[in-house]
Amino acid sequence: MTRTEVLVIGAGPAGIAAATAAAENGRQVIVLDDNLNAGGQIWRGATVEKAGSSHQGNAAKRRAMTRLQQSGAQVLGGRCVFSVEASGTLQTLQETGSDSLVEQFQFDQLILATGARERFLPFPGWTLAGVFGAGGLQALVKGGYPVAGKRVIVAGTGPLLLAVAAHLAQDGAAVSSVLEQATLAQLAPFATSLWANPAKLVQGARYRGKLWKTPYRTGSWIIEAIAGSDGRKLGAVRVTNGTRTWEEPCDLLACGYHLVPNTEIAALLGCTFRGAFVQVDDAQRTSLPNVFCAGEPTGIAGLEAAMVQGEIAGLSCAGLIGTSLQKRAVVERAFARRMEKAFSLRPELRSLPRADTIVCRCEDVAFGSLHGRTSWTDAKLQTRCGMGPCQGRTCGPAVEYLLGWRPVSVRQPLFPVPLQAFCSHDERVEINQLKEKV
Amino acid sequence: MKPFDILIVGAGIVGSAVARECALIGWRVGVIEGGTPAGGATAAGMGHVVVMDDSPAQLALTAFSRSLWQRDSGKLPKSVEYETCGTIWVAADDEEMVEVHARREVYEEAGVETRVLTAAALANKEPNLRRGLAGGLLVPGDGVVYPPAAAAFYLAEARRLGAEFFQARAMSASQGQVLLSDGVSLVADRIVLAVGTECDLLPSLPIQKRKGHLVITDRYPGFLHHQLVELGYLKSAHKIADDSVAFNIQPRQTGQLLLGSSRQYGNEGPEAEPEMLRRMIDRAKQYMPGLENLSVLRVWTGFRAATFDKLPLIGPAAGLSEDRSLWLAAGFEGLGITNAPGAARLLVDAMLGRKSAIDAEPYLPARLMEPARLAHA
Amino acid sequence: MRETFPVTINGATRQIARGTTVAVAMLLAEQPCRLSVSGEPRGALCGMGICFECRAVVNGIPHRRTCQILCEQDMTVETNR
Ligand SMILES: Cc1cc2nc3c(=O)[nH]c(=O)nc-3n(C[C@H](O)[C@H](O)[C@H](O)COP(=O)(O)OP(=O)(O)OC[C@H]3O[C@@H](n4cnc5c(N)ncnc54)[C@H](O)[C@@H]3O)c2cc1C
Ligand SMILES: Cc1cc2nc3c(=O)[nH]c(=O)nc-3n(C[C@H](O)[C@H](O)[C@H](O)COP(=O)(O)OP(=O)(O)OC[C@H]3O[C@@H](n4cnc5c(N)ncnc54)[C@H](O)[C@@H]3O)c2cc1C
Ligand code: FES
Repeated sequence: MTRTEVLVIGAGPAGIAAATAAAENGRQVIVLDDNLNAGGQIWRGATVEKAGSSHQGNAAKRRAMTRLQQSGAQVLGGRCVFSVEASGTLQTLQETGSDSLVEQFQFDQLILATGARERFLPFPGWTLAGVFGAGGLQALVKGGYPVAGKRVIVAGTGPLLLAVAAHLAQDGAAVSSVLEQATLAQLAPFATSLWANPAKLVQGARYRGKLWKTPYRTGSWIIEAIAGSDGRKLGAVRVTNGTRTWEEPCDLLACGYHLVPNTEIAALLGCTFRGAFVQVDDAQRTSLPNVFCAGEPTGIAGLEAAMVQGEIAGLSCAGLIGTSLQKRAVVERAFARRMEKAFSLRPELRSLPRADTIVCRCEDVAFGSLHGRTSWTDAKLQTRCGMGPCQGRTCGPAVEYLLGWRPVSVRQPLFPVPLQAFCSHDERVEINQLKEKV
Repeated sequence: MKPFDILIVGAGIVGSAVARECALIGWRVGVIEGGTPAGGATAAGMGHVVVMDDSPAQLALTAFSRSLWQRDSGKLPKSVEYETCGTIWVAADDEEMVEVHARREVYEEAGVETRVLTAAALANKEPNLRRGLAGGLLVPGDGVVYPPAAAAFYLAEARRLGAEFFQARAMSASQGQVLLSDGVSLVADRIVLAVGTECDLLPSLPIQKRKGHLVITDRYPGFLHHQLVELGYLKSAHKIADDSVAFNIQPRQTGQLLLGSSRQYGNEGPEAEPEMLRRMIDRAKQYMPGLENLSVLRVWTGFRAATFDKLPLIGPAAGLSEDRSLWLAAGFEGLGITNAPGAARLLVDAMLGRKSAIDAEPYLPARLMEPARLAHA
Repeated sequence: MRETFPVTINGATRQIARGTTVAVAMLLAEQPCRLSVSGEPRGALCGMGICFECRAVVNGIPHRRTCQILCEQDMTVETNR
């Protein structure tokens, strides 16, 4: 059992800022993350060394990482939190090629900085090889997947699309178009609002700069992914702008519909929610006195907001308050609201799946079989939708958008774990999974 | 509104089975459900269709009801996942082997086919059991179903035959009248309470909640072939006071393994309790060490509706209520999936004054009012 | 120089660069990570440990999230069936 004063879950910008602030102010801090390296989704580091990589590395990230290292906070990567009690313990699972390790941690205060995941919406052909999430393809590229020379289409919605397109282009991909489902009219107020957040304007401009030849088509969306001549791999996509429909050939499709917050741990702990998000006060405190929350689980507001909220949460854990930070947090929240409006999903996306389009990929539940079901629970019990290993993390947000059912009921383990994990008391349990094989 | 011949409160597997049975004889049927149909105990249980010999009456009902499952097997849709995988009662040592033989006699007498397995035969049938177990008793006719789909099938059959479904909570049920939470009032000749563990419509229902934990794994096709239950299971299932755990594992048609089972009184919260889970899993590992590496997808709990003599309440509510319109189909503890078709048949027999295939007396709710039994409770 | 080592994927051995995730190795080998419940070939979707589409058999152990696991020398990976 490892004891610490402050435990941060998530080593993205919010978690890094939180850990740094708490540790710089004398608290003993451990940061846990499922990913191998700190950075979260936006600052995800490449695991593969690239000869002559043209990625500049991000100055903000470098600054944050340096400060984190100097603060004394300890970062433990590759740990997936699968159970947690508000009374102050949690368990993680660490997996390598052949071993699993269960560890227990004890904490006084907990900061949830669990970030967000992509929203996926099902459309015909989305299970073909070559179709990825937008952030998904970017993450795979960072994990060593070469895209140089590949024809890539980036589609869906959200500011992430441009970031992904820029990153892929920099790696040598031929990004043939970026398809944003939101209309220009919808986006305009958001684009203007960038002026109120100068840092974001710079970010935005940089993305466009790398993509000066790539068309950014607003009000356009994918209606089908079409297999190439071998019948198994993606060969083209069918695109529409509502009046005209056309095909674009491509090797890879990176498609994601903005983000949904990772709130499972907060739900399990019993934190109060405001809509889809965890409710926090000015000090980033949730409805539980020793649990704080920062970043996307409190609202999808991007990098700056995550860093500011993280810092506030960290300071709060150290018994300090940052009034000027709180003012900045208010600005960021306004930004989040504008962003939500700008990238709100168009109703046409609800009619993309056909009866035989898979909705739940874990259990291969087709859209048609949800017909006649009355709720998430009913659908789950009668079709197995959401019953697989991802426990509805992927199909849940899709079903919520398509049919209006709110997925309910989070349970431990939050992620699949070896049965043995339940037998651990307070010591580290090493599960040698190969033991039985030899 | 025109009166119904029968109103059934509760669309779990029991209420749904009763609805189908009544619709089959041409009655005008209404089914009332406050939550998700099949979302109560029926969504939580293991779905083991099993002959149990803990008492002669239980043996008779489970054997009868299992025969109805077998008779229906051709009609069940694929989603019900009905499979006669058989049960193996696993004997850990020679002492338990003696019990295996004793049990075999009881089963044979009741006309239930069994086969005694030697240690080698057991290992051959289930290679993932640990070495050194004494043997077991195979009951080949036992099976497994997916209960929510079975209940949905019964309800769909009833509706196809004209039954009406009301998505609302019954707020009161008496003298042939049921008042629904949406303000609608329904009238019928008879009302059946098939309410699982919820007793608020008839607080005198002598039912206690008995909590159970379940664990489901990812898919491991070929790991397990029969439902395995430790022979000591009955001992643990029968303990009234203490919390108990027993090795009980089921192969799902999906290739998943469903692991039970714990029994607890007193805790009515739905949360999974780490200590009970640990005990349950430790117990299972004693029989199947290889389990420890399998990946768990979900853990949940469910509540069995327990009566003090472990037998269900099937028949008129006489004795518990003066109301002649009230009938009961409740209190099935850990056997409601197995017993649902049999119970439905017995209930309708009783309503029609028809002779039943087995003696229905032991399940009459009135038994709980006999003075001697009361003292027991 | 990038260090590489051998990894065996569905029986064929290939050189993989250090730091490559197993999910990416499957993409490089053009092998599906798993066959779905209805038999469709599937591979990584989210790349971040959420969707479980990248489950494969790693060193004999089924159902591992390969996007969260780095390739190791002499690792064997097979499509999860
Ligand atoms: C044979 C079998 C196999 C299974 N396999 C899997 C599997 O592979 N994967 C998996 O994830 N799960 C599986 N399950 C479990 C199942 O999906 C549920 O997890 C189980 O029904 C228990 O639900 P819960 O306690 O986890 O959810 P809960 O949180 O108890 O409830 C789920 C929903 O039901 C609602 N609810 C509960 N009670 C009522 C009520 N009285 N009225 C109205 N609504 C109510 C809750 O509000 C919630 O919306 C299996 C179940 C069975 C029986
Ligand atoms: C852990 C566990 C394992 C089990 N394993 C097995 C097994 O292997 N084999 C086996 O045969 N059995 C097993 N069982 C038992 C079996 O699951 C139950 O006996 C059976 O599901 C009971 O069905 P039911 O229809 O009586 O109750 P439920 O399924 O609970 O249905 C009752 C319904 O009534 C509704 N209701 C209640 N009050 C009202 C109201 N006032 N108005 C409207 N609706 C109302 C509820 O919402 C609910 O849907 C197990 C049970 C548990 C808990
Ligand atoms: S690609 Fe989604 S979990 Fe690995």
